[in-house]
Amino acid sequence: MFAYYLDLALRSLRRNKALTALMVLAIALGIGASMTTLTVLHVLSGDPLPGRSGEIYYPQIDPQDLRGMYPGKEPPSQVTLIDGMNLLRAKRADHQALMTGGEVPIQPEQSALDPFYVDARYTTADFFPMFGTPFLFGHGWNAADDEAKAREVVISHNLNQKLFGGANSVGRTLRLAGTAFQIVGVLDRWQPNPHFYDLNTGSYAYGEQVFLPLQTMMDLHLSRDGSNDCWGNGGGGTDTILPADTCVWLQFWVQLDNPLKVAAYKQFLIHYSEDQKALGRFQRPPNVRLRNVMQWLDYNMVVPDDVRLQTWLALGFLLVCLVNTMGLMLAKFMRRAGELGVRRALGASRRALFAQLLIESGVVGLVGGFGGMLLALLGLWLVRQRSSDYAALAHLDFSMLLTTFVLALCATLLAGLLPAWRACQIAPALQLKSN
Amino acid sequence: MDILPILSTLRRHKLTAWLLILEIALTCAIVCNAVFLISQRLQRMDMPSGVAEHELLQIQVADVLKPVNPYARAQEDLAVLRQVPDVQSVAFSNQVPFGGSSSNGNVLLDPNQPQRTLNATTYFGENLVSTMGVQLVAGRDLRPDDFVDVETALKGLRTGDSKSLPHVTLITRTLAGRLWPGQNPLGRLIYLTPTVGLRVVGVLASLVRPNAYDAATAQYTMVVPVRMGADKSESYIIRTRPQDRARVLGAALAVLKKADPQRVVTTQRSFDEVRSRFFKDDRAMAGILLGVIIALMIVTALGIVGLASFWVQQRRRMIGVRRALGATRADILHYFQTENFLLATLGIALGMALAYGINLFLMLHYELPRLPAVYLPVGAVLLWLIGQLAVLGPALRAAAVPPVVATRSV
Repeated sequence: MFAYYLDLALRSLRRNKALTALMVLAIALGIGASMTTLTVLHVLSGDPLPGRSGEIYYPQIDPQDLRGMYPGKEPPSQVTLIDGMNLLRAKRADHQALMTGGEVPIQPEQSALDPFYVDARYTTADFFPMFGTPFLFGHGWNAADDEAKAREVVISHNLNQKLFGGANSVGRTLRLAGTAFQIVGVLDRWQPNPHFYDLNTGSYAYGEQVFLPLQTMMDLHLSRDGSNDCWGNGGGGTDTILPADTCVWLQFWVQLDNPLKVAAYKQFLIHYSEDQKALGRFQRPPNVRLRNVMQWLDYNMVVPDDVRLQTWLALGFLLVCLVNTMGLMLAKFMRRAGELGVRRALGASRRALFAQLLIESGVVGLVGGFGGMLLALLGLWLVRQRSSDYAALAHLDFSMLLTTFVLALCATLLAGLLPAWRACQIAPALQLKSN
Repeated sequence: MDILPILSTLRRHKLTAWLLILEIALTCAIVCNAVFLISQRLQRMDMPSGVAEHELLQIQVADVLKPVNPYARAQEDLAVLRQVPDVQSVAFSNQVPFGGSSSNGNVLLDPNQPQRTLNATTYFGENLVSTMGVQLVAGRDLRPDDFVDVETALKGLRTGDSKSLPHVTLITRTLAGRLWPGQNPLGRLIYLTPTVGLRVVGVLASLVRPNAYDAATAQYTMVVPVRMGADKSESYIIRTRPQDRARVLGAALAVLKKADPQRVVTTQRSFDEVRSRFFKDDRAMAGILLGVIIALMIVTALGIVGLASFWVQQRRRMIGVRRALGATRADILHYFQTENFLLATLGIALGMALAYGINLFLMLHYELPRLPAVYLPVGAVLLWLIGQLAVLGPALRAAAVPPVVATRSV
């Protein structure tokens, strides 16, 4: 039966090529636009650490003075150096790391290469085990190296390719800002998107080339980048001066692998704030937050507003395309009132006619979906040509490909429901008479 | 044209007619909002900077090894840059208009007030006002003896020693108007922290923030006499004639590299590029919106053509009868045109209500202003035009139906 209806549908669609083409075009345009924007949205709101992000938390405490305080105000989005070190050394979580970003000049040994600047992450040792960074060679440093301000560095896959042609460079020397560092590890390709652990340096398609101990960076006065918020008499600092004690400029992340630990850690943050207030360092009542990675990204509204707006726009466009298709399909089905009347008179049930017409819509949907996929590929190519930082990430993956066809099929079946129902209401006798 | 017969015919094709009206309404609503969004973006991209944009260049360099004396290094660089032919003026700044990255401070009118008055950006650096071509409308520019080295200022901030802090500032007219509406700002004090009081000595016509994301606060700008040392985050700003920019940029880079062959140039661009980069997302968004408007118009037009063709075919006999009873070709043509006009008008009326609904949704989620009523006629006219254009073909075909059709096939 299905095969027969399919045959009928194809015949019917072929009979009226212009109208069929119009419907397919409308569906393809609507699906193409929607899938382009939905794919961008999907990529941008993805999980940067699949499987792990639920256990990684970002503690926030409020060390500011009383100026500007009001109830319900969010604590600062970073920590001061003092609080960062206190929380780090308290070791109340399974893993914890204190970090900030910057840029360092690399002076290659090869004379053919000029010195160049790369993005750097200054962090404490747990960064690697906590975020599960994949190592190609070697490993990270340990907490003792942190305290010893070790001249040790972990480099990215790309930098290893550029400087050492991809060979195992562990144990070799790398000159950074005039200081010799020993390479202890080479990362495999690793670029979490969004760049969740520090959103100040750019949210997407951003990855550091070198990772070195935070305390080494402070010892050598390497240059810092990123956000820096001060209060009271705090000054933001310069390259050679660290920000004042009343400035937040570091990110602190912890790993807590069960809900009990999360609750306990939150209690710990409140106690810490109370202790600091008793010591006179904090002035505000305890104001803490403990968000996991996805909550943190959500709170920071990391997906650009424009991308959301574009998605709404595309869905509106798809709606117009569907109404359009619905109208055209209605016209098409009603034009065949005579043929449908004959089929009804010959004994076809309403249900059979309905199925036949829906299959016809489904065929339009599938062809439109294929066209929509091609248009979405074109749309994503156009997005990649743009200079937004997320442009390079806009690729169709398998799940979105499947979504394209499901969306196209569902949309056209939905659009076909009303016209098919209307066409089935035709009284066969009336149609037979008028012919 | 009598519309009653048209209405009675449409009553017999209710579903199709309503679908067409719905499509026109949705298109109208989206187009009104899209045109409004485009105008918002264009208006944003037109935001004034207050500087002579076509005459300015920005260069940032990063030293591989920190200079022993970064202040001396900055002064040496400025000196060699001034020697470059056709360079009119050079400044060294912590930030540039529309540069993105910015230094900001909380402004207080009273050192002990519990909440800040507002947040303003702080430009640091010598010769900034004259080099960037910022217009001074009252008071004086900063003088060399106003300036304090940034490290001295930071130490002063920590120790509370007010002698090592800057004492004066320039502010924009907008900021002055916001802080002291209708009063003379010259000589008044503003506080960045309880210990840093700055006396306003000059008022600038306009100088935009580097991070001018919100038009309302884009001109909350101060210029503070702080001198920076050479550092990769500071910028050399060079003023030259528009036609000399490319050549001057090349020559300036050459002398900077000659002064220290080890250093790395991290930024080299004209201020036109700075602006273009800052507004790239707005430009892209305007382009996307325009594309959507065009695509919507095409889809709607094709839908109208499709449905009108269907109706013409369905009513061939009726047309033939009317023609046989004496209706002219023009009558038939006008019949279909009027029918389309009626449907479009209904759709537009519905669409306008919908447009306001969409606008309310956008206002709620995207900090957009209310849709001005002037955008509604724009959408209406566009849709009437599209409707009439789309129906013309099928209507002409209808008008070409010969009266003899009436006698056939009965």
